[in-house]
Amino acid sequence: MIWQIDLAVLILVLICAVGALAVKDLMGAAILFGAYSFLMCILWAVMGAVDVAFTEASVGAGVSTVFFVAAVFRTSRRSKD
Amino acid sequence: MEQYIPLFLTKYNYWVYIALMMIGLWAMIAKNNLVKKIVGMNIFQTAIILFYVSIGAKYGATIPILQHGSGHGHEAAVRAADYINPLPHVLMLTAIVVSVATLGVALALVIRIHQRHRTLEEDEILEQLRES
Repeated sequence: MIWQIDLAVLILVLICAVGALAVKDLMGAAILFGAYSFLMCILWAVMGAVDVAFTEASVGAGVSTVFFVAAVFRTSRRSKD
Repeated sequence: MEQYIPLFLTKYNYWVYIALMMIGLWAMIAKNNLVKKIVGMNIFQTAIILFYVSIGAKYGATIPILQHGSGHGHEAAVRAADYINPLPHVLMLTAIVVSVATLGVALALVIRIHQRHRTLEEDEILEQLRES
């Protein structure tokens, strides 16, 4: 584990989590959540959990983002908070 | 007191895990939009996965694949300090698959609610339920 990369990615993860919850547009929230999942994948590759990292890259960052985009496309993009 | 300060600073992974978990819990309780609540639930789940992977990580160790194995891994004794603990990784693989399954079910319910109430805001849905 390289702690410099670890700390930098952890700060980016916190920024992406708060941003995905703060943005008003739901499509923007879905894209920011995809970025959050991919940063988590980088974090687990840094920590040496390579199997968890590539499962997260395919399932978390890939399939979850597609699900969110499809659901927002079928409902509405507006959000009050 | 000051002997605890390096203990707090070196456990920064756990502090970030607690922060992410509280962000997810706050979003699940306080957010009004249903999709935002689901994003909060996913952040909560990844925070728990971060906690478990942080337990298994160690400095100066390599990924859990036997070196110089060549089919004789059972003959040589393995120094466990050289390898990252793979047990939390295996548990968290299951947690990732379960999290994407719950995400699919939750988004299907959201689409169904939107077909019926034409909105995704929780207060408007409750208003419509109270009127009917």
